[in-house]
Amino acid sequence: MSEIKIVNLRKQFGDFVAVEDSSFTVEDGEFLALLGPSGCGKTTTLRMIAGLELPTSGKIYLDGEDVTFNRASARDIAFVFQLFALYPHMNVFRNIGFPLLSQGVAKAEIRARVEETAKLLRIDHILGRSVSGLAGGDRQRVALGRAIVRRPKCFLMDEPLGTLDAEFREVMVHELRELHNRIHATTVYVTHDQHEAMAMADKIAVMNHGVIEQYGTPQEIYNRPASMYVADFIGSPPMNFMRFNSGLKRGTRSIFLDGVEVAVPEMGEDVAPGEMALGVRPEHIRFSDRSPIRGAVYGSEYLGTNQIVAVETAAGIVKARVSADRSFRLGETVGLEFSSAKLAVFDCASGRAIASSPNAETRHG
Amino acid sequence: MSSTNTTAHSVVEPTPTVKRIAGAIVILYALVTMVPLAWIFLTSIKSPPDSISYPPKIVFTPTLEGFCNLFTTRTRQTPDYIQSLPAPTGTCDEITRSRNMVIAGPSNYWPRFGNSLVIAFGSTFLAVSLGTLAAYGFSRFRVPLADDLLFFILSTRMMPPIAVAIPIYLMYRQFGLSDTALGMILLYTAVNVSLAVWLLKGFIDEIPREYEEAAMIDGYTRLQAFWKVVLPQATTGIAATAIFCLIFAWNEYAFAVLLTSGSAQTAPPFIPTIIGEGGQDWPAVAAGTAIFLVPILVFTIVLRKQLLRGITFGAVRK
Ligand SMILES: Nc1ncnc2c1ncn2[C@@H]1O[C@H](COP(=O)(O)OP(=O)(O)O)[C@@H](O)[C@H]1O
Ligand SMILES: [Mg+2]
Repeated sequence: MSEIKIVNLRKQFGDFVAVEDSSFTVEDGEFLALLGPSGCGKTTTLRMIAGLELPTSGKIYLDGEDVTFNRASARDIAFVFQLFALYPHMNVFRNIGFPLLSQGVAKAEIRARVEETAKLLRIDHILGRSVSGLAGGDRQRVALGRAIVRRPKCFLMDEPLGTLDAEFREVMVHELRELHNRIHATTVYVTHDQHEAMAMADKIAVMNHGVIEQYGTPQEIYNRPASMYVADFIGSPPMNFMRFNSGLKRGTRSIFLDGVEVAVPEMGEDVAPGEMALGVRPEHIRFSDRSPIRGAVYGSEYLGTNQIVAVETAAGIVKARVSADRSFRLGETVGLEFSSAKLAVFDCASGRAIASSPNAETRHG
Repeated sequence: MSSTNTTAHSVVEPTPTVKRIAGAIVILYALVTMVPLAWIFLTSIKSPPDSISYPPKIVFTPTLEGFCNLFTTRTRQTPDYIQSLPAPTGTCDEITRSRNMVIAGPSNYWPRFGNSLVIAFGSTFLAVSLGTLAAYGFSRFRVPLADDLLFFILSTRMMPPIAVAIPIYLMYRQFGLSDTALGMILLYTAVNVSLAVWLLKGFIDEIPREYEEAAMIDGYTRLQAFWKVVLPQATTGIAATAIFCLIFAWNEYAFAVLLTSGSAQTAPPFIPTIIGEGGQDWPAVAAGTAIFLVPILVFTIVLRKQLLRGITFGAVRK
């Protein structure tokens, strides 16, 4: 088991920059989710860590050793491919045992370790089967088996649940996390699905256009998004943005939305006047008739335990997650109140979150 | 495409009538193409007079005379001399004596047939091996000027090979490759390798790189990954390519006539020479041709599935 550290990693294909100066560290035994939309450079990053692609610049360290230009076969890393890449001409047993064969492990030990791995993944009953007839979930498990049988330094997984149907994906999310809890292998897990990332990862790196926008725990990413992009990408429905024009002074504890003062966490920096956005998660909105922030109900979506109500305000449409008890008429005027401590302020031009003090919350309602 | 109606038929599924007509056409075509084969086989077991009788005889007494004449050389003797010989030792002996001849020795047919085997299979093996490696390289690596090189490789097939016969003849004489099996193997390999590269590149392009990458991550070198993961999946393409190469090398006539005359002569230029030995010995020619057809027939039947996939260029691959 080991630590993966990448420093200023960059990859260009011709003129196109697929991965831009990325840096992060995955600590020993940690599960990192590399999260971002399709085409943002997740696979490319993973392939560079694996040694399948050489970086244009930057360094990759495994356990402190610089492996940037080592061959893939010399890195002791396991990779689960998006489409699994199970060898079609080998049965399940031989697929799982294939990595051991390259290490010259004795036949008897290969058998023992393949069987042990298969038991762990509950596929010991299909060892003799051909891989071409397997169902999606079993193919997935065989691919995992081939990865873990060798007890590599770390695991790289490229959207391994992408091809499974929704129901089964849920099951596999739990299985994968459980497996991780048991073997504590350092893992980089690529996905475009925020739910998978949130449910499994210790840390998440959110990527966009080759840039890592934010790196942190799921809680940090969710509660304190570093950019409008992250705020918008995580959460469903995503964070609301209410636009306003203003400058900010360090230490400010309120902003004006359309003339209405809204308490926010204490601002940590000065910002020149320009277009700004107040970021509000749907669950941090309450309806209150006394609130001066008014809007008209635009639509609602009933979700059982709660409902999403869309409200048209002067600053745009805002979605609120509120209790399902109350029903709303379309066009009904409502007042909105925010949990001030949870608000975020963004600079629209750069998309960056304005530094703010999370401790400010105690002084605000 | 998802099917919108409940029947199992797709839009392109032929109707039963169309199928029947198509079947009839295929059968008719098969019969037409089989007539010459049947003719050759029947001629090989006719007696020389039967073989040239007109109208052709459908019913006749089969004889092994053609095969005997194919495998032996004979000399004419007086009936008295033949009478004085001890009793014939085999069927051929007997047939030959009835024509007032005795067997002088084995003919060159089997040695020539052997040359054909060595040269055709040798060049096929070489062309397919080299072709597979080249195709893999073109498919997986960024080869400088890859498109131009591929076009160049293909362009070697744009004129009939025989157009370069004279330079090759002179070259071979210079290098001492005339009338050698090695020379013929090299020549047929050179002709076939372009076909092999193009066919196999198509097949290898279809094998996802992930398989090799998985193997390399699992601790194998690229060469090992190629050997253990790519090759087993390319067998269909390799078999199909091998058949095409083999058929060319086996049937090739023009170069063989030009460049081989003695010890390296292949069967195609040898078979017509049988005619000359004592009249028009059509049964012997037919027998030689019939045997000549067997290896390709066997090879094709053994690999017919791969051949079918090969000529549809991977479209049938799952
Ligand atoms: N070998 C390559 N050559 C050129 N462009 C590539 C290559 N591999 C990936 N790209 C490009 O790099 C970008 C990032 O790709 P990728 O890392 O696969 O994204 P993701 O896995 O996040 O969907 C994409 O726009 C893709 O088209
Ligand atoms: Mg990808």
